[in-house]
Amino acid sequence: MEKLTKNDVHPKIVQALLGADTTFTVEDALDNEMILNMGPQHPATHGVLRLLLRLDGETVIACVPELGYLHRGYEKMAENMGYLDFIPHTDRLDYLSPPANNVAYALAVEKLAGIEVPKRAQYIRMMMCELSRIASHLVAVGALAMDVGALTVFLWTLREREKVLDMYDVICGARFTTSYTRIGGVAQDLQKSTIIEIQKFIDELEKSLEEVERLLNSNRIFIERLEDIGVISYDDAIDFGLTGPSLRGSGVDFDLRRDASYLYYNEVEFKVPVYYEGDCLARYFVRMDEIRESAKIVTQVLDKLPSGEIMANNPKKVLPRKTEIYTKMEELIHDFMLVNFGINPPVGDIYQAVENPKGELGFYIVSKGEGHPWKLKIRSPSFVNIQSIPHMTKGYMVSDVVAIIGSIDPVMGEADK
Amino acid sequence: MDFKEKVIQQLNSQFPEMKLETTDFRGDFCIKFSPDNLLMICEFLKNNDQLKFLLCEDITAIDWASRTNRFTMVYHLFSLKNKFRLRLKTDVDDSTTSIESVSSIWRTANWQEREVYDMYGINFLNHPDLRRMYMPEEFEYHPLRKEFPVMGIPGSLPLPKK
Amino acid sequence: MGLEAKLQQDGFFTTTIDAIISWARKSSVWPMPMGISCCAIEMMAVGDPKYDIARFGSEVMRFTPRQSDLMIVAGTVTYKMSHVVKKIYDQMPDPKWVIAMGACTSSGGMYRSYSVVQGIDQFLPVDVYLAGCPPRPDNLLNALMQVQEKIGRTKARDFQDLPQPDFTKQY
Ligand code: SF4
Repeated sequence: MEKLTKNDVHPKIVQALLGADTTFTVEDALDNEMILNMGPQHPATHGVLRLLLRLDGETVIACVPELGYLHRGYEKMAENMGYLDFIPHTDRLDYLSPPANNVAYALAVEKLAGIEVPKRAQYIRMMMCELSRIASHLVAVGALAMDVGALTVFLWTLREREKVLDMYDVICGARFTTSYTRIGGVAQDLQKSTIIEIQKFIDELEKSLEEVERLLNSNRIFIERLEDIGVISYDDAIDFGLTGPSLRGSGVDFDLRRDASYLYYNEVEFKVPVYYEGDCLARYFVRMDEIRESAKIVTQVLDKLPSGEIMANNPKKVLPRKTEIYTKMEELIHDFMLVNFGINPPVGDIYQAVENPKGELGFYIVSKGEGHPWKLKIRSPSFVNIQSIPHMTKGYMVSDVVAIIGSIDPVMGEADK
Repeated sequence: MDFKEKVIQQLNSQFPEMKLETTDFRGDFCIKFSPDNLLMICEFLKNNDQLKFLLCEDITAIDWASRTNRFTMVYHLFSLKNKFRLRLKTDVDDSTTSIESVSSIWRTANWQEREVYDMYGINFLNHPDLRRMYMPEEFEYHPLRKEFPVMGIPGSLPLPKK
Repeated sequence: MGLEAKLQQDGFFTTTIDAIISWARKSSVWPMPMGISCCAIEMMAVGDPKYDIARFGSEVMRFTPRQSDLMIVAGTVTYKMSHVVKKIYDQMPDPKWVIAMGACTSSGGMYRSYSVVQGIDQFLPVDVYLAGCPPRPDNLLNALMQVQEKIGRTKARDFQDLPQPDFTKQY
């Protein structure tokens, strides 16, 4: 273990760690206490999260997360580029579920510009969102298991996730950063063969989930390392602004898909899993149940998939097809105008939130009627969820910190923006 | 009765002499008021039995790049009970660039306000732990202000030696 | 080298020390996965059963720099992070190699912004640049093979005069 020096830790962070009224230098060893630096390069912090822990023996007395190691300046860049250009950037926010972010952003811009999207496109989007939820939760469960010592599960869930990525590959032409949505629709249509493929994956998913559960649910080490660890109560969870599985693990029955319905989630049936314990185990169960619910939604979407267009017919706002640009004059002009001057939505501001695998992802866009947003704020679920780590870790052991981070499943790409 | 009217009615009956501007753009309901009333209104919205805006989703600011009323604070609240989202807006005092912190009402506001402080340099009065969120503590600028260039100011952030 | 065939024929073979040492060196590269953002997920995928980096002798991902020869920098390096990356690089024992994985690490990529280092070669010596955002796992394997080729060209004496890493130094 490295000894921290004054240069590593800014005095203000030390102040936050020790409470406002202590004066203290890092080199002074208190009797039983010590400061442990965890991250930003640490296998169990899921990216570049840095935690400074103040320990009494092995018990965590205080914890101060340090963010910003992946601050890439999205909001500033968004102000300096057109609405269309920002779509690829949304991929890299929550990079475990890129299509879900694409959809969230596209929905926000469409709400701002008032674009009606055809039903088929919305259904495909819904399917993509759910597939990405499955992929993201699989990684979350696998990584949580790995953090508490079960490496096999990680390899198994990653294997399942690979299958989802292969399907992305067929659907959008990229296995990871999909950039699948366009303003006003989606980039490509679904093929018949792909639909069969997806259905096959969904049918087989249940079996692999059972495999995973057989390995975990009766595993004493796994259960004991998660049960009653990192408890957060109903009221605290809301007060800290938690969303997503972390909130539902604390007994709050809240899911934007149902409570502020977007896309066509009101036309499909699904349950919102809620657990009441508020500990790491509850959050794990929520995720497992959500994978199953998502699989159900995908099946329903594929059954009900309406036929029709996949791009809105709105030449002033929506990019025309490439083939038409090359053959028709009018489309060429529209394309030129859209690419050069942007879609110029009316003056105003909107907030659009969707239920991402990690929680509520919101885009707040202020428009001054220009081709680029005046301001674009990303309300990222991981950022808000990480805030509760100091509260959750207090009083637990160092080894529990790892489990707690894993159960919140933060992604630093969106937490740091 | 529409829930939007109910919010307004409740606020008006509680604070009769207060001036509230409301807008409704694409279904997003927004209330604007003067910054002096911020804490009162927030507390009322959270604790009123019929409104119960328990979840504070997002706090941010807008830089209008103007001489007067340069910064506007924006709060998004959600009422789990009524499934309703409300936006609050209030202008930041120009001379001091500071505003009251709402972190005593919603704990989640703590980090959100730190982020706004980091990005816009708005001071939050009575904030428990006002530090920079993303940028290093030594950094002198506030990146999301409109005068700050996208590519940054050369030399403002040090690189390690080769 | 066709080792097995040789052994069946005569039971021995002749080679140079250089060849055998560089062969051993290049077939057991232990990477230090410096996973920072999106590319790290693809780097994880390289270890999974489908792409299986173990075929190239590099499955031993060491999360401590002291035991590794190859640093795979996967992800956007910001100014704040650059000091950490450098510190970890300094702690790796010589000889060491670096792969800059992804557009971000190589050149800043799509992030032309105030907080992103426009290419890690501003503070690190890079051996292989890897294009793509993110590079597909097969691409990373290709980069690994290129590093192996580079290592294969080294001589046994090449690293003799390198200074010993100073483990007593406080980083
Ligand atoms: S190159 Fe692309 S995928 Fe890789 S870290 Fe950069 S943005 Fe992410």
